[in-house]
Order: sequence, then structure tokens, then C-alpha cells
Amino acid sequence: MGTVTRIILQRLALGLLTLLVVSVVIFTAVNLLPGDFAQSILGQGATPEAVAAIRQDLGLDQHPVTRYFQWLGGAVQGDLGTSFASANFAAFAGSDANANMGTVASTIAPRFENTMFLAGVTAAIAVPLAVFLGVLAALYRETVFDRAANIFTLSSISSPEFFLAYILILLLAVLNPILPSLSNIFDGMSFSERLERTLLPALTLTLVVTAHMMRMTRAAIINLLASPYIEMARLKGINPLRVIVKHALPNALAPIINVIALNLAYLITGVVVVETVFVYPGIGQLFVDSVKLRDIPVVQACCLLFASAYILLNLTADIMSILSNPRLRHPK
Amino acid sequence: MSPIVSVLVALIAIAVVAWLFRFLGQASTSNAPFFRDMPYASAFGYILGGAALMGGLWLYLQDGAVFFRWAVQGFAAFAVAGWLFRIFGRVVGTQGSRKLFRSMPLTASFGILTILVYAFAAVFAGVIAPYGQDEIIQGVAANIVPGGDPAIGGNPDFPLGTDQLGRDLLSRLIYGAQNTVGIAFATTCLAFFIGCTFGFLSAVLQGWFDQIFSRAVDVLMAIPSLIFALLLMTIASVWAPQLGIPLTAFMVVIIAVIDSTRVYRLARAVGYNIVVMDYIEAAKLRGEGLGYLIFKEILPNATAPLLAEFGLRFCFVFLTIASLSFLGVGIQPPLADWGTMVRDLAQFVNFAAFAPQVAAAPLLAAGAIALLTVAVNFVVDWMLHRSSGLKS
Repeated sequence: MGTVTRIILQRLALGLLTLLVVSVVIFTAVNLLPGDFAQSILGQGATPEAVAAIRQDLGLDQHPVTRYFQWLGGAVQGDLGTSFASANFAAFAGSDANANMGTVASTIAPRFENTMFLAGVTAAIAVPLAVFLGVLAALYRETVFDRAANIFTLSSISSPEFFLAYILILLLAVLNPILPSLSNIFDGMSFSERLERTLLPALTLTLVVTAHMMRMTRAAIINLLASPYIEMARLKGINPLRVIVKHALPNALAPIINVIALNLAYLITGVVVVETVFVYPGIGQLFVDSVKLRDIPVVQACCLLFASAYILLNLTADIMSILSNPRLRHPK
Repeated sequence: MSPIVSVLVALIAIAVVAWLFRFLGQASTSNAPFFRDMPYASAFGYILGGAALMGGLWLYLQDGAVFFRWAVQGFAAFAVAGWLFRIFGRVVGTQGSRKLFRSMPLTASFGILTILVYAFAAVFAGVIAPYGQDEIIQGVAANIVPGGDPAIGGNPDFPLGTDQLGRDLLSRLIYGAQNTVGIAFATTCLAFFIGCTFGFLSAVLQGWFDQIFSRAVDVLMAIPSLIFALLLMTIASVWAPQLGIPLTAFMVVIIAVIDSTRVYRLARAVGYNIVVMDYIEAAKLRGEGLGYLIFKEILPNATAPLLAEFGLRFCFVFLTIASLSFLGVGIQPPLADWGTMVRDLAQFVNFAAFAPQVAAAPLLAAGAIALLTVAVNFVVDWMLHRSSGLKS
């Protein structure tokens, strides 16, 4: 067990290091901006005193390296700065009445929860469906079903998310009004109502993610079917479904888990477009809105959040594939 | 809940009919091998397929199912076009190309035909399109309905109608091929130029050069590409007006740099396998320079994997650009582009129940994006299948 813990700790340390470097990249990229934030908040007609006041209040008059460590230190403690768009700049004039208004953390927190809900619903539908369909496609490979599935998955992988989203809106919300086409979610909604409004975006993401996972599951299982122990199982006369579920699937688990984790990581990117289409109040929509408003602190924070989720999921994929493979678990 | 219940009832009915089908088949043919050896799952599959066909036929004949009819007709038309193109390719052309077409699946010939049509539209957009891409036509109303039926607000002169400013949608769709596809192609080429240069240099020089670039690429790849592109576009949108460079140019460079990291990985891996070959050793002993090694020795031997990657990378770049434009930070107006068109026309999808033609406009633009990526994927899939030696 000692080696496993060491490998996992090594991977965790590597992930943390990557995240640190990523935060440097994000911070540097933002600091390449010409002029400074204070000027762009106040616009052309700003008095020098006001600019200086905001510069001091935001700490913009300090050295970039100092600012980076302040930002990082705050980010670790959950303080991600003040959003430009929703900040109350009257507060900078002296009174601290609305000190908590418009902090990035308070803007992001509820939306992060919503996005997690959407991702959770998607994963709950997509993962079992993809594995089931993948096993079916491997079982009936080179048949009409397999070919139809191949064309269908290839098409849905290569379509842009918004195309699938509008097709689903057309079919399930406009022509057959089963689900609402806008996902306006607010606090105090009952769970079933919330689920109903989340279902359409979740289905869109499911379409994209399932296709990829299913192809990979199929490929991983078919890869194993040439192995001698599968031949043996077949010669024993077990039926094909049992050969696949009992003999091939456990050995194909490592690549399948890997693909599932990678696709959940992919969800992070897909969420941005899908949330915009359905006006789902998640972190992806916030990110796009902030990009358009040039609300740098929010963009920075969202970017860091997306990157850490991405790194975390890739790390999980890495560790899971080590754990599920005895040869990697006990290296020579 | 009622849709779920009806689906369940249908599945149970199919299960029963499948069992009956197999049982009656066995009884009536006195256990012919076909029915005797049929697993229950296959019987279920036959009946499910039959039910789906019948259901499709029934839906096709319904009056309300306009979109389903369009989809079926479109699919059939594409299949026939692909089939005819394959026959054409088998008869016309050099011996090599004829042989290629003989073993080609329908999906691949359809893909090649589609790519050719897009390329034609992109190159000759100025000739084919009836109006300019940003031409606001005088004396013509905005928001003319597609379909050309005057009774519901169409105009036969504008088969796809006009947009909210009174620009011809057909022309914009054709120019979209030039802008969206052209920019995506240029971006992919730039990404390959950057990625291959540094990838091959890493493979040849190795040592600290390789270490620095590989670690830098590892870090850049840890940020999801669309997110990183959006972050950099935010910054570029501040820089662009100050420097007087169009934002679209920034977008090309940003996406090319982000995607070149993926190309770098591949080029380096392929290059590493080539530099250990004896002919590289021989060239080094001859005293050849770095440029000769890369362009005359490595590049020709790395063409096949890079070409397949080019197709896939083009799809990713194309989809990223379309997504960025859809989100409003990609290709900027007045250039016509498909992502922006989808965003501008999206609200018309809600009128689909009353006037199907109106909803067709945004779906056409989105479909144009999807069709090209599907086509490229079909061709790359076929190429990979061929080169991996798997013959089915």
C-alpha cells in the first residue's frame, strides 16, 4: 500500500504545482492589459483624485509580484476580490456600508452550486447510458445497430453544442412542449421543478458527452476481445453478453474510467455555451457575461475555478487508472 | 410523466411481439436454423427496428411533422449525392483515384463531396452570392421570412429571407463559408506552423530546449482551451482598438497558439520516433544543417499522421471559432459568419410551431457548421481506418 500512497501523493503535488503555475499564467495575462483597471472603471472623464483613490483601494499602486501574492493569498482563503460590474464604488469614497456587496466570491458561489447541479444531472444520465450503449455496440459490432450508432455518435460529437441545443429546444420545447426552453432557476424552488428546468441543458450536454464515452467504451472492449482469455471463455460456451460483462468489462475499466473523467472535464467547456443558450444561471454564463463586460476580477476567478476543476478531474483520471491496474499499482 | 409511461408501454409491447415473432417463426418453419439459433436480443432488435421504421413512416405522412420530413428528405438527398459522387469517382479520374473510390464507404464519399462543395463556395463566394455580405438592400424590408411565400411575409427574390437589418441571408450564408471556414483554415495552418516548428526543433535539439517547451505546453494544456481563449479575448478586446488591429486577427493568433500546443505534442512524439533512425544519423554525419534535417528528413516522414491530425484539428478550431462567435466575442461584424448568424436569429426557433420556415434560418446556419465538421470527421475516420489496416 505504501507505493500507492506515494504515487498518489506525487500526483497530487504535481497537480498543485500545475495549478500554481496556471494561476501565474492567468495573473500575468490579465496584467498585460494596457492602462489600468481604475481608469477603465471610471471612464474618460475621471478626475485624477478618483483614479488615485481607486488605485489605492484596489492596491493597484503596488508591485505586480506583491499583488500576485495578495491575490493568491486571498483566493486560497476564498476572497477573490471585488467585481467591477456589481461593485458599489460609492463605498470607496469612504463609507464601508456595503463592504460585502459585489465581492467576486458572493457573485460566484450560488452560480457555482447551479453549475454543479447541472453537471451532476448530466453525469447521472450520461455515464450509465454511455457504458450500457458501449457494451451493446461492442456486443453487436459490425451490425446495423453498430453502424447507425457510429454515424449518430460521430455526428453528435462533431456538431457544435448550440446546434444540438437548438434542435432539442425545437423538438422538446417548441414542437412538443414537454420541457421549458429557458432554465430560469432561483432560490426556494422545489427539487422536482428545478430538475425539470435543468433537464433540457442536461440532455444537450448528455448528447455530446455520451457519444464520446460510448465510442471509447466500445473501442476499449473490442480491443480486449482478441485476448486469449476471451477466446477461452468463448470456447467454454458462455453466451456473448456474459463474456463481455464478466470477462472483458472489468479489464476495460481503466480506460473507461479515464474517459469518463476526461469527459466530465470536457463538460466544463461545454457548460459555457450550453448555459448561454438556455440562460441557465450558472458559472459559464457568468463567465461569458463578464468577458463581454470586461469584468476582469470575475473573469480571473472563473478562469481559475475552471482550470482547477479541469486539473482535478484529470488528476482523478490519472489516479483511478493507476488504482484499477495492478501492474501500475505494484511497479517493479 | 406520461411520455415516459408511453415509452415503457411501447417497449413492453415490442418485447412481447419479439418473443411471439421468434416463437411463431420457429413453429411455422419447423425450426429452420435462422429462427432456431436466433438469440432473443436479435429478435427484439428486429422488431424494434421494424417498429421504428413504421413509426417513422407514420410520422412522415403526418401533416404537422414538417421538420421530420425535411430531415428525412435532407438525409436521403445527402445519401444519394454521396452515392452518385462515389459512382462518378469510380469512373472518372486516374487509376489510383478510381481504386480509392472503389473501396470507399458511403460516409467518406459524402464527406469528400461536402468538403469540395464548401471549398467551392468559399473560393467563389463573391461570384455565387446574389448580394454583398454587408449590403443593406434598399427598398427591401428587414426580417423577410424564408421560403419565398408572399402569403406569410416571404419574397421570392430572397429564398432565405433577410435578417434584422435587411441583408440577404442566402448571401450571408455563402459568405459565411468564406469567412468562417477561411479563418478557421488559416488559424489551423498557423497552429500547425507554430506547433510543428517547435515540435520538430524539440525532437532534434532535445536537452534544455525540449524541457522548457514541453513543460510550458503542459501548463498551457492544463487550462481548458475555450476558457483560455475567452480570457485572452477579453484582454485582446482592450488592446485591439488601441493598436488599431481588428479583433478577428487577435482571435486567429490566440486560437492558433492555444491549438499549437496540441500539435506540438504530436509533432514532438512523431519527431522523436524519426530522429533515432539511421538516415538521420547519416545526415548528421554528412554535416547537414538543422533546416535540412527538419525539412528534408523529418517532415516528409511525418506527413501521414500530421495530415490526419490536421483534419481533426481543423474541426476543433472551426468549432471553437463558431462557439466564440456565437458567444459574441469571435469574428466581428460586418463580416458574415455562421456563429453570429445563429445567435442573431436564435429567437426565431420559438415560432417553429406556427411557421416552420421561420425557424429554419438559424438552424440552417448552425447546420452548415455541423455538416462541415461531420464531413471532415467522416473522411478522417475513413483515413485512420484505412491506415490502421483494419478492413471490415
